Amino acid sequence: MALKKVKGSLERVFDKNLQDLVRGIRNNKDSEAKYIASCIDDIKQELRQENIAVKANAVAKLYYLEMLGYDISWAAFNIIEVMSSSKFTFKRIGYLAASQSFHEGTDVLMLTTNMIRKDINSTNQYDASVAMNGLACFTSPDLARDLANDLMSLMASTKPYIRKKAVLLMYKIFLKFPEALRPAFPRLKDKLEDPDPGVQSAAVNVICELARKNPKNYLSLAPLFFKLMTSSTNNWMLIKIIKLFGALTPLEPRLGKKLLEPLTNLIHSTSAMSLLYECINTVISGMPDHSASIQLCVQKLCILIEDTDQNLKYLGLLAMGKILKTHPKSVQSHKDLILDCLDDKDESIRLRALDLLYGMVSKKNLMEIVKKLMIHVDRAEGSQYRDELLAKIIQICSQNNYQYIINFEWYVSILVELTKIEGTKHGHLIASQMLDVAIRVKAIRAFAVQQMAKLLENTSLLVGSAAQLNGICEVLYAAAWIVGEFSDFLLEPRSTLEAMLRQRVTSLPGHIQSIYVHNIIKLYSAILMKLEPDGEKEQITEVTQLISEKLPVFAESANLEVQERACCILQMLKYINKLQEKDVGVAEEVAALFAGELNPVAPKAQKKVPVPEGLDLDKWINEPPSESSDDEVTIDTMFVHDAHRVSHKTKYEEPNEDELRRRRDVRREEQASNPHYLKDSRKKKLKDLAAENDVTVDGIPVAKIDLNVPLHVPGFNVTDEYMKKSKTSKKHRKKHKKGKRGRHISESSDDIKVAHTVDIVGEEMPEGATFSDDDEDDRALDDPHRALDIDLDRPLDDHDKIPIREHRVVAAGLKMETGQEATEIAEGEKPKKKHHHRKEKEHKEKKSKKDKKHKKKSAEAVEETPATNEEAVDLMPGMEEAEPTRTNGQITDAVTQANTAGAEAKPGEPAKDDLSFWLSKASDEPSVATVVEDAPADTSEPPPEEKHKKHHKKEKKAKKEKKEKKKRSHKGHHGDEERLEEEETGRTEQMENGTVQESAPEVVIPPMSSYRLLAENNSIKMMYETRVELKTQNQVVVSVIFSNLTSSHLKSLDFNVLDSLNTRLIRVDLTSQHEGVKVPFQLPPGMTNEGQFAFTVKSITMAQKLRGTLTYMLKDDAGSTSEKIDFKVHLPVSAYFVPKQCSSAEYAELLSGGDLSSKQSMTIPNIEMDFSIVLARVHFFGHLSLVERVDTTASLYGQSIQGHQVCLLLKALPNKSISVDGKSSDSSLLSSLLDDVKTFLTEA
Amino acid sequence: MIKAILVFNNHGKPRLSKFYTHFNEDMQQQIIRETFHLVSKRDDNVCNFLEGGTLIGGSDFKLVYRHYATLYFVFCVDSSESELGILDLIQVFVETLDKCFENVCELDLIFHVDKVHNILSELVMGGMVLETNMTEIMTRIEEQNKLEKQEAGLSAAPARAAAAVKNMNLPTIPTPNINLPNLPSFK
Repeated sequence: MALKKVKGSLERVFDKNLQDLVRGIRNNKDSEAKYIASCIDDIKQELRQENIAVKANAVAKLYYLEMLGYDISWAAFNIIEVMSSSKFTFKRIGYLAASQSFHEGTDVLMLTTNMIRKDINSTNQYDASVAMNGLACFTSPDLARDLANDLMSLMASTKPYIRKKAVLLMYKIFLKFPEALRPAFPRLKDKLEDPDPGVQSAAVNVICELARKNPKNYLSLAPLFFKLMTSSTNNWMLIKIIKLFGALTPLEPRLGKKLLEPLTNLIHSTSAMSLLYECINTVISGMPDHSASIQLCVQKLCILIEDTDQNLKYLGLLAMGKILKTHPKSVQSHKDLILDCLDDKDESIRLRALDLLYGMVSKKNLMEIVKKLMIHVDRAEGSQYRDELLAKIIQICSQNNYQYIINFEWYVSILVELTKIEGTKHGHLIASQMLDVAIRVKAIRAFAVQQMAKLLENTSLLVGSAAQLNGICEVLYAAAWIVGEFSDFLLEPRSTLEAMLRQRVTSLPGHIQSIYVHNIIKLYSAILMKLEPDGEKEQITEVTQLISEKLPVFAESANLEVQERACCILQMLKYINKLQEKDVGVAEEVAALFAGELNPVAPKAQKKVPVPEGLDLDKWINEPPSESSDDEVTIDTMFVHDAHRVSHKTKYEEPNEDELRRRRDVRREEQASNPHYLKDSRKKKLKDLAAENDVTVDGIPVAKIDLNVPLHVPGFNVTDEYMKKSKTSKKHRKKHKKGKRGRHISESSDDIKVAHTVDIVGEEMPEGATFSDDDEDDRALDDPHRALDIDLDRPLDDHDKIPIREHRVVAAGLKMETGQEATEIAEGEKPKKKHHHRKEKEHKEKKSKKDKKHKKKSAEAVEETPATNEEAVDLMPGMEEAEPTRTNGQITDAVTQANTAGAEAKPGEPAKDDLSFWLSKASDEPSVATVVEDAPADTSEPPPEEKHKKHHKKEKKAKKEKKEKKKRSHKGHHGDEERLEEEETGRTEQMENGTVQESAPEVVIPPMSSYRLLAENNSIKMMYETRVELKTQNQVVVSVIFSNLTSSHLKSLDFNVLDSLNTRLIRVDLTSQHEGVKVPFQLPPGMTNEGQFAFTVKSITMAQKLRGTLTYMLKDDAGSTSEKIDFKVHLPVSAYFVPKQCSSAEYAELLSGGDLSSKQSMTIPNIEMDFSIVLARVHFFGHLSLVERVDTTASLYGQSIQGHQVCLLLKALPNKSISVDGKSSDSSLLSSLLDDVKTFLTEA
Repeated sequence: MIKAILVFNNHGKPRLSKFYTHFNEDMQQQIIRETFHLVSKRDDNVCNFLEGGTLIGGSDFKLVYRHYATLYFVFCVDSSESELGILDLIQVFVETLDKCFENVCELDLIFHVDKVHNILSELVMGGMVLETNMTEIMTRIEEQNKLEKQEAGLSAAPARAAAAVKNMNLPTIPTPNINLPNLPSFK
């Protein structure tokens, strides 16, 4: 055995290793392929050996060959063998080869799952590291699913090296297995604050990649990133974070405001160009309204552009392009600098400068710039750059519907000139421009036609094999069409006609020839119209003769289209000729063929034709024909009809009944005698009956298609209207057209005299279609990021778990671990949530006390603000708990804050509540400072940077405190301790609201809780709220908080409700209709817990009151007693509403539409509250979203889970009363809702 | 994300290719050829960014490259990467190579592709930048080398001897070292 081993290793010495292979390839330059083929044979031999070292050597050679382009997928199994070696050296070779050659479709991948799991969990961190490196390159959905859990635990590894890699690898896992994102996200978020900078950077990296594609889901992380940004010095990380903010700011304008200062600081201070550049980029995308900082950016960019480093110049121009979109004026002032870049020797830079040009042009300088570009076109060496120039010239001229062109004659001549460029591939572009201009600018037609006629007459340049290859001959397509369509403007139609009939035309591509043929006849008709009235018969015959002589060439064309058109026209000419010989005037009739104007049609018009209501293309119009026999028939008849097709075509009559029957008989006979015809006996039985009964075609029911909208595309009268309007009032036109997204010309304010009175005709669109074109997700369907658009703020629930394979012992152990974690997470969140509820409740009770304490503690409290603030952010997932009604409460806060802070917050977007708090705090910071000044004890406000450090510490402290609190509340009776705690939480609450109060002293909106008292006695207290979801149309969940007020255990809680016809409690056991639902927990002394009970609801238009009983066991040392408590669950109509965003435009449309038929109004007298509070209450308790508020009038919108819509208009009347007008689709719903509103306002 | 890292010489011979999204071998070769074609016709004193080739990426992707002596180092990246940052990453990569091979030249890359791959995997993992700190990278590489040596132990002796014999008649190709230019510091 030992001998064998020695022998094996001795033999190995003479094996070719990687270096030998490389050397061999270099020595066999002439016969490389042959040499490699022999090497591959050697490798195959080596792979067959048992010695793992030999195999590893072979695999190492393989991946070198892979780099040279040889397929090595056949060795996949051997690679896995090497990967599974216990030696690091070989393992590394194996994983490297795998990372080069494996991919998602490699079928042996499924063999690797357990091996990879073993490796990544290896105690040797380098084994784990190579495995993770490999996995990062070949993750498949299966691997991702099976290993996600292991990687989750690795993210918490003690070794930063492993943590770092696991964090990065998670991104790859998310891409392949999106379900992992939600459960892994909390941990990923934690890694943002990892002590190791490498891990931190990796986490930032991953979140940035995720957020780039779905930024809105990551808005809630903004405070955390903000902290990182202001505290970190790692440029790599800063760049990523700033890039991330660049993606977030467009979604949240207030974030931009907050970022402004730190970013401008960075711009001023940093020496790293990369960082500077990213800061500028983010400022551009995030704060386009802040002109001072944009000005700063432009300044800095100019420095970059002037730099000698070509890289900086390039980037400077690139960023300038982005500013151009929002602030064209600031960029225009640096026009010379940019124009200089056009002369740069670097093509990339020239291209970037070209991109900027379109923003540089104005009516004044367009001609000048284009002239300069034309010179560049002449000079440009590479055809690619020249093409680019050409496209740019057309782009800047045609932009914004030819906004800057004052002289279209000039533009047409430019286009004609562009056709002379050799070898351009943009022939098609030029052609479409010519057509567009000629069709849409009526005034230019005469000129264009003359130019086109010239083009047609000088075809020598255009016709030829080279021209055809490059497509410049496309221009002739346009020229021929224009000349034909607008032939009235031709000065010498005869010579143009001759030009078009030249022999050389036949060498043009088919589609151009067919246009030629078609327009020849148009020209002919124009000539007739001119000559006939003058009685110039001779000339007419000459022309006719000319065409009839030349056209047959086209009739012989290989292109069918050309052939057909030519034949058609020849026939027509013959007919015309006959008539002419009889001295009959035909001009009018020929002209009638081409009468009417062809209007431009918008490119998307066809797509936008609205689908007629009730049209279902998937539905059968007739039931599908009943199988075989009929199929045969069609084939049969096809042949029969073919024979006398012509006659059939000319004169088709509906065959009458007798005829049909006769034919059917004939057919049946034929089938019976046909040996090839398969007779289905079973069918016959059924069918015979029918057949005998003379079922005629008429008997088959024909469903009528009910078309409300005619199928043809109706014209869009606007074009004509515009023309009329433009004549009557220019100002009006300007206003109107701006709205159309600049597709129509908008008169610019500078008064340059326009050479023509130009009407640019708009493109036609079907009625009811809009010009919007952004109704589709622009991401490709296969983009994995589509699947990663996941709401991360919603807390985890049961199905958000990474699947764990359970059949292995190891896995089972792991499962327990993560299971615990999961419950830990869940537990960690629940109490937090309650905590918050309680805070709110207690806030009310303790208000008076707090006010006193507030002054005393304010100084101390200010110091704590960052901590509590941070806590609020942390708390967020807990507070959301996936319940719309709950978030509603938060939103109210957000709205009021936003209202008071003067920013525009949009309600109805959960997960923003704390963010908006954080953001609103930003603007309120000064006011916090004033509190400090007021306070006698503490005076110095820590400088911002220091504050952030503190911030960090405080946050940890706060967390610790929270934990302690939790513990205490578990144990504590409600004695002094809890009171203390209540005060504390009360104070925090006060602080949170405090900032709001300070910023807006006029209105203080008291906190609101949607929890109402259900019942209370000596031992138990129940609070409840209702929750609904849009998805479940007839279900309402009543969430009840049970609080144990005794010092004994409460057990076997049983919740029962007397069902009404409309509303029923959903019981687990369906058989027992009258038994209650067991509450799934016990209540230790002093504890509080929440249970949820679902009800089915049939109709939601009426408020419901349900009687119920809770029975429970009170257990203490003495024994246990059974008790019960009665309650009434009130389900108001407003409980079924879900806040839904509605823009004021949609709102107006809704009101004007006929859907909301019922109308009702009421006035509630003696409302002492401020209107803001009224509004907040209606908004909060009624689950209605605020559409618009103007002073003391506000409109609200709500949608019920069953789709009813309600619009409310609230008005504060001078005599302290509130008038409410409502419109809804259901009258009883509306009246119930109005009652609710009344209750909200009067029961305050 | 980094989509691909390519190293090839002045004649377009690939010296290292690492694709972080899957392409089949033919496509990979085409991409290398196209990239070489794009990069090689550019002067040395023009900017180091290129709008991506048609085969790899598309409009969102950029080629960021550096030219050292006989070698081109090309990174194909999307818009989530900072252009200047990637330029610096290339510099870090080359400096690390220089340290590991002691005055790295093209030959080192030719004969030790495996080592180059291992070094690269300490910088970039699955298309994402893993580490940019040179000292950290070097520590990791050295530790792994140590591990490798330990494992080789005695059994590797004959192989080493054979390699020494084979290397005696190594053709002496005059290949210039990759001279590291001094860059404006990134950090």
